[in-house]
Amino acid sequence: MQLIQLSDWLLDIAFVLYVLSSIVFVVAMTGKNWAGRDPKQHELKYGRTAYWLAVIGFLAQTGYVVTRWIAGGHSPTSNMFEFIAFLDYCIILAYLIIYRIYKLTVIGMFVLPLGVIMLAYSYVFPKEVTPLIPALQSYWLHIHVTTAALGEGILAVGFAAGLMYLVRTVPQDRATKSTRWLEFVLAVVLMLVGFIGMDSTFARLDHKTVFELNQEQENNQGQMEKMKVEYTLPAIVAPNGSTVVKAGPMTPLFEAPAWMEGKDAARKLNTMLWSVISGLVLYGILRLVFRKRLGAVMQPSLNGIDPELLDEISYRAISIGYPVFTLGALIFAMIWAEEAWGRFWGWDPKEVWALIVWLFYSAYLHLRLSRGWIGAKSAWMSVIGFVIILITLVVVNLVIAGLHSYAGV
Amino acid sequence: MDQRKCECGHANPVGTLLCESCGRPLEQELTAQTGEAAQVGQAAFPDMRYEGMARRSQTYTNTLIDRVWNTFSSVKVAIGIIIVILIASAIGTIFPQQQYIPVPVPTEADVARFYSETYGTLGQIYYALGFHNMYSSWWFVTLLVALGTSLVICSLDRVIPLYKALNKPRVNQHVSFLKGQKLYGEAELSAETQPGAVADKAAEALRKKGYRIFRDGDALMAEKGRFSRWGPYINHIGLIIFLIGVLMRNIPGFYLDQFVWVREGQTVAVPDTPYYVKNVAYHTEYWSEEEMPQKLDLNGGAIPKKFQTDAILYLNKNADLPGAKPELIEVKRGPIVVNHPMIYEDLSLVQSGVQEMQLGALNFVLIDRQAGGKPVGPIKLDLYEPNPELQVGDGIKVRVLEYFPDFIMGPDNKPATKTNLPNNPMFALEVISEKDNVREKMVYLRGTIITQKADSRYTLEIKMPDLIDISGLMVRIDKAVPVIYFGAIIFMIGVVMGFFWQHRRIWVQFHEGRLLLAGHTNKNWYGLRREMQTLIEQTELPIALEDRSKA
Repeated sequence: MQLIQLSDWLLDIAFVLYVLSSIVFVVAMTGKNWAGRDPKQHELKYGRTAYWLAVIGFLAQTGYVVTRWIAGGHSPTSNMFEFIAFLDYCIILAYLIIYRIYKLTVIGMFVLPLGVIMLAYSYVFPKEVTPLIPALQSYWLHIHVTTAALGEGILAVGFAAGLMYLVRTVPQDRATKSTRWLEFVLAVVLMLVGFIGMDSTFARLDHKTVFELNQEQENNQGQMEKMKVEYTLPAIVAPNGSTVVKAGPMTPLFEAPAWMEGKDAARKLNTMLWSVISGLVLYGILRLVFRKRLGAVMQPSLNGIDPELLDEISYRAISIGYPVFTLGALIFAMIWAEEAWGRFWGWDPKEVWALIVWLFYSAYLHLRLSRGWIGAKSAWMSVIGFVIILITLVVVNLVIAGLHSYAGV
Repeated sequence: MDQRKCECGHANPVGTLLCESCGRPLEQELTAQTGEAAQVGQAAFPDMRYEGMARRSQTYTNTLIDRVWNTFSSVKVAIGIIIVILIASAIGTIFPQQQYIPVPVPTEADVARFYSETYGTLGQIYYALGFHNMYSSWWFVTLLVALGTSLVICSLDRVIPLYKALNKPRVNQHVSFLKGQKLYGEAELSAETQPGAVADKAAEALRKKGYRIFRDGDALMAEKGRFSRWGPYINHIGLIIFLIGVLMRNIPGFYLDQFVWVREGQTVAVPDTPYYVKNVAYHTEYWSEEEMPQKLDLNGGAIPKKFQTDAILYLNKNADLPGAKPELIEVKRGPIVVNHPMIYEDLSLVQSGVQEMQLGALNFVLIDRQAGGKPVGPIKLDLYEPNPELQVGDGIKVRVLEYFPDFIMGPDNKPATKTNLPNNPMFALEVISEKDNVREKMVYLRGTIITQKADSRYTLEIKMPDLIDISGLMVRIDKAVPVIYFGAIIFMIGVVMGFFWQHRRIWVQFHEGRLLLAGHTNKNWYGLRREMQTLIEQTELPIALEDRSKA
C-alpha cells in the first residue's frame, strides 16, 4: 500500500519536472534574442538546465515504474492508465537517446510538451493497481507491451522532429494549403489538451449527469435492471431513448443517433464533442493573443536550425523505431496470441490497426528510400503516422474495442 | 549489340548507368560536360542506390513477361498495393467482422439481420459489400498475393546487380564519379607532399575508425558496413517465408481450427482428429481481497484469476477402422488454463470459453401419496443423455416418454424443441408400479409437476438440480507456425541490419596534383560527414567538404 503511494508520488514528481523542463526549453529557444544576451550562451545554459530537469524527471518516472511493478506484481502495462504512462516513459527515453546523438536543444522543446500531454492524458484513466485477469497472466504481457510501447515512443520522437521540420520550413508569409494543415495538426493537439483539461476539472467538480437507458442488463445480484450511464462532462448529447435520472449542469441539446448502440457510445461522442469544442476555443484564444498563425508564432524559435538535420532526426528515429515496433507490436504479439488464443493472427481490430501502422511506416520507408521522398513530404508522413498510432492506441480501445477491450475504460 | 562501351574500353551491359570498370557516368549528355560536372552533375549524376548497375526492369520492356516483371518490380506499384491493403484493413474494422458478432449459429439471414439491425443502413451496405468477411474475401487475398509477388520480383530485380557491383568494389574511380558524390572535397597538394604518404596516413586513420581499406597504388577506398546493404533483401526474404507459411496452412492437414464444448464429466471426440478429450472438472478462481495490491471498489463484482479445465486427452486407437468402437488410451492429462494450452504433438487445446452453472440434471424424489407422502426414491434425469428407464423403488420404475430440452409450442401446436441445449427442459414421464399394477403419466415443465389425474397416487418432489460447467476448448493444429516464426526472425535480422548499420564508403584519390576526397553512404549522412571531417583534421589537409544536397 505504501509502495503504491510512493509510486504515485514519483509519477507526480516526474510530471512536475517534465512541465518545468518544457517551460525552460521554451525559454531556451524563444529567449535567445532577448536584449543583452548572447544567443548561443543563452540556449546552451537554459537548454542544459532543461535537459537535466528532463533526466531527473525520467529517473523519477523510472522509480514509478519499478515501485509500481513491485507493488502490483506485474509490469505497469495492464490498463489504459498504466499503458499511456508507460508510453510516455518510452517517449522520454527515446528523446534522451536521440538527444545524446544529436545534442540539439530544440528537440526537447517539442518532445517534452508531448511528454507532458501524454502523461496528463494517462491521469484521465482510473489509476488503481488491479490484479491481472487470466488473459493477461503471461510473461508476454511484459515483453509484448513494453516493446510495442518503446517502438511507439521512438516513432513519436520521429513525429516531433517531423513537426519541427514543418514549423521550420513551411513559409508563413502567406496562407497556403501547408499552413492550413499545419494549423490543423496544432489544433488537434490542442483538442487533446482541451479534453484533458475538461475531464480533470469536471472529475473534481462532481457535476455528474446520469442517464437511464432503454436497455436492460444483469446486475451483480443476477437481477435485470435498466442500464445507467454516468457522464463526467456536461451532456451535450444524450444516449438514444434515455431519460435523465440525475440532472447535470446543462440539459442535453440532442440525442445520439440510434445506430450508436453500445452502452457508452453516446458518452464517448459527448466527450469527443467537448474535446473538439475546447480545443477550438483554446486555439481561438491563442490566435487572438498572438494575432498570427500558431505556426508563425513557433517558427522564430527554430530559426537557424538546419532543416536537413531535423529531417534526418525524424528519419533516424523512425528507422530505429520501426524494427522495435515490428518486434513488439507484431511479432511478440503473434507469439502471445498463438499461446493465449490459439492463433497467431485473428484480424481483431487492435491487430489490424497495428498492421496498419506497420504498413504505413513501410510505405514511408519505401517512399523515402526508393522514391526520394525527403523533407516536407516525409515530415507530413511522420505526422500522419503518429496520428495512426494514436488511433490504434486510443480510438480502437475506446471506440471500436474487440479482444483487447479489457484495456479500455 | 547488348553492350555499351565506356571510354576506358570496358563493355557494359545495356542499361548500365555507371561504368562497371571505372565508375564514369555513361549518360551521353554528362560525358560532354564532365568538365563542369560539379555543377551540372547534381541533377544528372545517376542514382547511387544500385551502384549504377543495369536492372532488368529498366532495360527490357517489350514482351508481356517484361511488362509483368516491370509492373511488379516497381516500388511505386508496391507502395500502391500497400496503401490499398492499409485502407481496406481499416475499413474492415469499422464494424466487427462476422467471426466476432454475437450470433451463435450464423445463417446468412441472421448475419444480414444483425448488421442491418445493429448498424442501420451503413451496416446493410457493409454487409452487402461483403466487408463483414473482408479479410478472407477473394480480392483481399489477391491483394496479399500481389504484395508477395511484388516482394519477390522487386528483390530479384535489384539484388543481383547490386551483388555484382558490391562484390568487386572499384578503388580507382573516374574523376567524374567522385565529383558526382554528395559529399566531395578537393585540395591542391604542395610539391613536396608525397601522395603515397598522404594515402598511408588516411588509410591508417580510417582503419582505426573500423573501415576496411582497399588500395590500388595511391588510390584508396575505405568501406564499412557493406553487409547492411543486404538488409532490405534479407528482410524481404523473411516476409516471403512468412507469407509462404501463411499459404502452407491451406495444405490439407497443416491447419485445423475447431471448437468443442465439453461438459464436466463428459468425453467428446475432438473433431477431425483421432483424439478424445474429457472434462474432469472446470473451475473459475477469483482474486481474494487479501491478494489484491490495492483495495478496489468493485461494486460487488469480482475479478477472475483463473479459468481452468482439468482435462484428459485420449487417443482413439481404432480411429482408422471405420465402424469400430473407439478404443481410448490416455495420452495426456493436466490443467488447461488461459495462456497455458494443453499441447500434445501438433495439437493444442486452448481454454477459451465457459458456460457456468448450467443445468446438468434434474433431481426429484418420487412420492407415494397413498402411503401418506412417503418418499419412494430419488430420480435423476440427465438433461443430455436421459436414461429411458429408471428403477426407483422396489418394483417401481419411471420411464421417459418424451423429452424436449428447449421446449416450445411448435407452429402446428405440437410440443417441440427450439435448440438441443437444455435451456427449458420438458419431460413426459410414466411411473410404473408392477406390484400394484399402477401406470400414471406426468409432465415436468418450468419447475412444476402436472399429473395426469388430479388425485394421482404418485407425484414428484423437486430437488436442487445438478449444475455443471461447460468448458469451451479451441482445438488447433498449425504446422506452419515454425515457418511463420522463422520468417519473422529473418525479417527482423534484415531490418536491424539495414537500419541500425550503414554502408559507408570514402574514396581518396590523386588526380593532376590534386587530392580528391569523396564519400557515400546509404543513410545517416550526418555521421559520415562527421567521420570525413575527422579524417580531414587528422590528415591536416586544407579540404573544404562540399555538401551537394544543399546546392
